Amino acid sequence: MNQPIRRLSMLVALMFVSILASSTWIQVLGAQDINNADGNRRTQLENYARERGQILLGGRPIATSEPSHDDLQWQRVYTQPELYSHVTGYYSFTYGPGGGVEGAADGLLSGRDDRLFYDRITGTIAGRTPKGASLELTVRPKVQQAAEQALGDQRGAVVALDPRTGAILAMVSHPNFDPNALVSHDANVEKEAWERLNSDPARPLVNRAIGGNLYPPGSVFKIVTAAAALEDGEWDPESTLPGPAILDLPQTDVGLPNHGGQPCGPNDEVSLEIAVQNSCNTAFGWLGMELGGKKIREQASKFGFGDDLQIPMDVTPSSIPKDLSPPQEAQVGIGQYDVRVTPLQVAMVSAAVANDGDVMRPYMIESVLGSDLSTIDETKPEKLSEAMDAETSDQLTRMMELVVTNGTGTPAAVPGVSVAGKTGTAEHAPDAAPHAWFTGFAPADNPEVAVAVVVEDGGRAGSEAFGGSVAGPISSAVMKAALE
Amino acid sequence: MSRAITTITPSRGRNIELLLITLALGVVVIAYANVTVAQDGEIPPDLLGHAGVLGLIALGVHLVLRWRASFADPIILPIVTLLNGIGLVMIHRLDLAAGNDFTSGLASRQVLWTALGVVIALVVLVTLRDHRTLRGLTYTSGLLALVFIALPLTPFGHEVYGARIWIKLGSFTFQPAEVAKILLAIFFAGYLVQTRDMLALAGRKIMGISFPRARDLGPLLIACVAAALVLVLENDFGTTLLVFGLFVAMLYVATERISWIVLGLGFAAIGALIAYQFASHIQTRILCWTDTFSQAGAEQCGQLATGIMGMAAGGVSGTGLGRGRPWMTPLPESDFIFTSLAEELGLIGVFAIIMLYALLIERGLRSAIGLRDGFGKLLATGLTFVLAIQVFVVIGGVTRVIPLTGLTLPFVAYGGSSLLTNWTLIAILLRISDHARRPEPEFDPASMDAPTQVVKTR
Repeated sequence: MNQPIRRLSMLVALMFVSILASSTWIQVLGAQDINNADGNRRTQLENYARERGQILLGGRPIATSEPSHDDLQWQRVYTQPELYSHVTGYYSFTYGPGGGVEGAADGLLSGRDDRLFYDRITGTIAGRTPKGASLELTVRPKVQQAAEQALGDQRGAVVALDPRTGAILAMVSHPNFDPNALVSHDANVEKEAWERLNSDPARPLVNRAIGGNLYPPGSVFKIVTAAAALEDGEWDPESTLPGPAILDLPQTDVGLPNHGGQPCGPNDEVSLEIAVQNSCNTAFGWLGMELGGKKIREQASKFGFGDDLQIPMDVTPSSIPKDLSPPQEAQVGIGQYDVRVTPLQVAMVSAAVANDGDVMRPYMIESVLGSDLSTIDETKPEKLSEAMDAETSDQLTRMMELVVTNGTGTPAAVPGVSVAGKTGTAEHAPDAAPHAWFTGFAPADNPEVAVAVVVEDGGRAGSEAFGGSVAGPISSAVMKAALE
Repeated sequence: MSRAITTITPSRGRNIELLLITLALGVVVIAYANVTVAQDGEIPPDLLGHAGVLGLIALGVHLVLRWRASFADPIILPIVTLLNGIGLVMIHRLDLAAGNDFTSGLASRQVLWTALGVVIALVVLVTLRDHRTLRGLTYTSGLLALVFIALPLTPFGHEVYGARIWIKLGSFTFQPAEVAKILLAIFFAGYLVQTRDMLALAGRKIMGISFPRARDLGPLLIACVAAALVLVLENDFGTTLLVFGLFVAMLYVATERISWIVLGLGFAAIGALIAYQFASHIQTRILCWTDTFSQAGAEQCGQLATGIMGMAAGGVSGTGLGRGRPWMTPLPESDFIFTSLAEELGLIGVFAIIMLYALLIERGLRSAIGLRDGFGKLLATGLTFVLAIQVFVVIGGVTRVIPLTGLTLPFVAYGGSSLLTNWTLIAILLRISDHARRPEPEFDPASMDAPTQVVKTR
């Protein structure tokens, strides 16, 4: 009977190998996925038990963890909750990390990210209790405050970039919220806040600057159309375009009217630069049809349309529909029909004009600091794409300066600084007041800041709104703060 | 021939055993200190007292072995002591998490059960001077096993978590199926040793596989079908699997015919299909096995997912004793004690524990090979295989190798029934191994069946 006993022992060996293998799979090879699975409360508790990294602006925390004397051991505290609500996001025990940097850079803040491996090892050897990494952000408090105050109680968003690097200097989305309620250790407070914020029709948890239901850009899109025309080589700033009061659209019996129903110039003609200065719809509608949807889409994608960006938050890609008929091409030429953009994308368009045509990848994390406050990682500015050549960007800059000096954008002027910009008034629903837009950069000859502002439904001015008068002053305030 | 050889006393290994027991106790003491230091930051005041109890238990068995079974395998007892100790430490650690101290928690009860189990084991060792006397109890055991298995279906029965596998007398609950494991091993061994030649030789060939005559199989099939039927009625599929696996394995060892394995697997497949069609309980288990982390899986069996998350949280080196969160898994001290240990001791600890079991099983099978009587060989194989199946089904169940069924991890999991039974099983194994390693009174090299033999003997 010895032979079968030996064979049986082989079977037992196989059984044991299988449980060794399955244990190894669960505890080593597959452990990462299991730990990061949704609803893994151990990971949540583990993250809570560990001191989470701080979110810093200029070395000052806007989000920090303070020791608490309950199960969770740490209480997350937001020092200026409303001002930075969409920058920080929240780190709720029940609902997990969400919004802002808390959600997008959770791995770094909680200390699980692989970039922190070395830091963890040295920390273990040195006997430090494990801590998450802290993040120094590019946001500048003064610029953020100026944007916050200027937007006031209106719904909308403001984004300010450094066009030379892509660093985000300010990001405001209204309505905002108080993240402190969402990180309360009192489950009832947390739940109440969560349900209230999620059921609010104004959707305060949505960061309108980079996501949500995307805005139609209206006339600020004319920068893209103008860039496509200049890059095409068939037009220059002095080129004459048709600019009637109403542009006849083929295949339809409706026309494309100008604001105020006036032609853009004598003999129903207008030069490209004056068309930009006065935001002439008919001229740009005609350009849209002349260029065709394909060229406009190509130009837009050079600016970053359609890109999946992480700043580290996910940015919803801006989009232009495919397969356009000529009347739709005319509409797209003036940023109507189904063109959808984020304010960040609009700021990137201005920034590209400011930066000799180069689009820089937008980012918000300046540097990652280890538990001993040494720098683990720094973001290096990175070119995303080349939207146009330097000559085109110079021509566009001059045209956009005209907008602010004697065009639709005069309210956006900053005393003592030459500002370049473009206004927009975007129809988005019948019977609703249009969104007011302004985007631009300053100083025009040596740009340091690019801005995009959108005010929903014309803000306080209601349907009387024109982009210039509602969004212009906000841009002016933000630029002033950035250039100080 | 060579009389000189017999004058040399062969190594009995009792001193090695003592050393290993000391080592095992040392590990348990350190682990126990670890837990309390992690929880309260201080060495427990009653550390030596509690360790002393376990020490006394192990040393008691050790001394009885010196007296009554001096050739018994020296590795078995230290391994069992260590496993039992590790289980105790984990149970105590979970007690602390639940806010109980040693006396009010489950750990003290587990110590009591251990002591009782050891007393029974000692009685077995002292009274059972030769395992072959068990052969006379073949049919008694078979009948008793069936009675025990069927007991929960009587009015004494008691249901927990949908499985009717308990009997309740006053406040005292017991799982009779645990005892049936040993009884069935004795019955199979006794019966097969009588009929093995019939089963192996008589019969007709179908498709190159020879099948035995029905009348030779009768009693076995009756026993098996009855057991399986009852267990299905009790919703205890873990034990069904165990009984069936034991049956097929012992048949194979007795007859040396692969056809048994084929037949057995065929029956198993049919049985499984029928069970899957008719038992919603089984369908749930299969769902949990395949889609543990899905929405449906999470609703039906969050415990499996939680246990696996605990293991993953432990990683390679574990969180450290007293520093994990094993209490987040339901039943962390019984059905899921393996994941609790995995979480706090890590993969390293898991490998150590599985290796301890592997060694234990290796020693059991080695004794079976070393024996010279067929009944003993079969019994040793059967008892050892019972342990192997239990370990595989439990650990395989919680790590998703097979669907989860309710068996207990021998010596480690909390539970009186399984402790008593497994200590008894170990006592019989020790007795058998004493026989296997005892030199023949008249030394005859030809009859020695050394483990490394080249000539095949039957």
